[in-house]
Amino acid sequence: MNDTSIRNLILKNLESSKGKKTDKIVTTLLLMAASISIVTSIGIVVTLVNDAVHFFAEVPLRDFFSTELAPLGIEPAFGVIPLLVGTVMSALIAMLVAVPIGLTAAIYLSEFAPTSFRNTLKPIMEVLAGIPTIVYGFFAYSFVTPILMKMLPNLEAKNVLSAGLVMGVMIIPMVTSLSEDAMNAVPNSLREGALALGATKLEVTLKVVVPAAISGIVASFILGISRAIGETMIVVIASGSSKKLTFDITQSMQTMTSYIVEFTGGDAGAGTVGYYSLYAVGLLLFIFTLIMNLIAQYVAKKYREVY
Amino acid sequence: MENVPAKKYMSEEKYSKRTARRILLDKIVRWAFSFSILFAVIVLVVLLYQIITKSIGWLDWNFLTGNLSIKPEKAGIRGVILGSLLLMVVVIPVTLFLGVATAIYLEEYAGKSKLKTIITTNISNLASVPSVIFGLLGLAVFGRLFNLGSSILAGGLTLSLLVLPIVVVSSQEAIKAVPGYLRDASYAIGASKWTTIRKVVLPASLPGILTGSILAMSRAIGETAPLVVLGIPTLILKIPNGIFDDFTALPIQIYYWTLDTVLTAEYANLAAATIVVLLTMLFLMNSIAIFIRNKFQKRY
Repeated sequence: MNDTSIRNLILKNLESSKGKKTDKIVTTLLLMAASISIVTSIGIVVTLVNDAVHFFAEVPLRDFFSTELAPLGIEPAFGVIPLLVGTVMSALIAMLVAVPIGLTAAIYLSEFAPTSFRNTLKPIMEVLAGIPTIVYGFFAYSFVTPILMKMLPNLEAKNVLSAGLVMGVMIIPMVTSLSEDAMNAVPNSLREGALALGATKLEVTLKVVVPAAISGIVASFILGISRAIGETMIVVIASGSSKKLTFDITQSMQTMTSYIVEFTGGDAGAGTVGYYSLYAVGLLLFIFTLIMNLIAQYVAKKYREVY
Repeated sequence: MENVPAKKYMSEEKYSKRTARRILLDKIVRWAFSFSILFAVIVLVVLLYQIITKSIGWLDWNFLTGNLSIKPEKAGIRGVILGSLLLMVVVIPVTLFLGVATAIYLEEYAGKSKLKTIITTNISNLASVPSVIFGLLGLAVFGRLFNLGSSILAGGLTLSLLVLPIVVVSSQEAIKAVPGYLRDASYAIGASKWTTIRKVVLPASLPGILTGSILAMSRAIGETAPLVVLGIPTLILKIPNGIFDDFTALPIQIYYWTLDTVLTAEYANLAAATIVVLLTMLFLMNSIAIFIRNKFQKRY
């Protein structure tokens, strides 16, 4: 008799043993606990859609996708384009920092660094990843912005550049650890094959390891973008709340997330259009990040090389 | 044998030149890439240095035990620390119960059913929903529907949902690591499935579950956006008494003080001092997690 048949025998005996009733109750309780996560997801979608519907009943879609944003004006305008531009610009700056540094750090850790060195460096990355984003926000506003001001004299005290740069630093550990995982999954036989042909380590890395791990690496970039789009406190503090449409990164820009935070802080009474606009923006943000995550999952699965 | 013309091969001289160049490039790039790591280290050091120097002179016993005040030199964060701790009083039992129960269901009961795939996919998607969205959920459901307002309970429940995926995934890993023969031995002496889980599986996976839970708590205690969305009042001068009271927590206080530096420059020092307190708490929590992992985790 092999392993599984013994286990089946034991399980069959279990069925007929005592304590069946408790087991049944416990199973139901556990199932209920497990379904909480599904209830949460449904709750998110329902609250967002429900209150967004209230919003779109009063503000037509055309006005929502317009460039004028003045939620507290005499004639309130709820154009979301300035928020989209702010979100995209800050995420873009963040990724310009996080992609090159995150990927090269991952390559260094996975391919070049000696094991002992690696074991000391990885915890440092974990510490960086564990710092609350509010701390990064404080750092951006009180340290990075003043330094940037010396270099760029017309920089505003609140600007998307500083927020984006620090957000990039925040995302580095995520890009690094996910890309490193992808490269670690590449079997050593591939590396050894290339090395045996006389390739240098750099050539092995760039021509064998990175192409083999490209699905995981790209997925880490996409998840990084998703993280940047959803990041809140850094942009709230360092990028401010200007609702003007601008592409000038030395100026303040508001993102979708910081609109939600700014507007919820007491200004929006329940039932007003302003209150419902939070949920319309929230829904848009949710859809954006969900699409990013689904793309990342698709890329990771579809283009993964299996060895 | 056919004679291959010699010019098809690279000359000895050219070959060694090229090899030297390739090796040099390898060395340069290796060196350059190590700077990325160095950059991360430098940022961390600068960040910590900057915050600690700003907090010096402000972080003292009076600051830790005093009450909030509009005057920077009088302000203390006793109520703020208490607010964060009371939040944890809500988050810890809720996430531990729901997280571990979900993990047990998924690993021990769900088998390979479709439901398991649905719940697992759902959890991994939930983990990447921006925290500010959880704030909107908390505002609509706990704040307004259950009428909890911006109380500690509302904040705690919102944070619980936010960090639940972390607890579930780490508990799943811990339960998966318990070898099948331990379960079989328990069944063989007549224990029921639930008894086996309670007496064998859970004790064996407890270190892993605790490690993951502490990491989830350290995420929760630093989380700001969902609480701000719930509408925590700007300045609360009284100390919270129970979980139904309004409150402020460490990250929120850092946020408000940072915003108010425009008015009073000293608020930046208060924010820095509060950050030092928050980071110290995080450091302690993570040390405990690492200690538990190293000390109690058995390998089978």
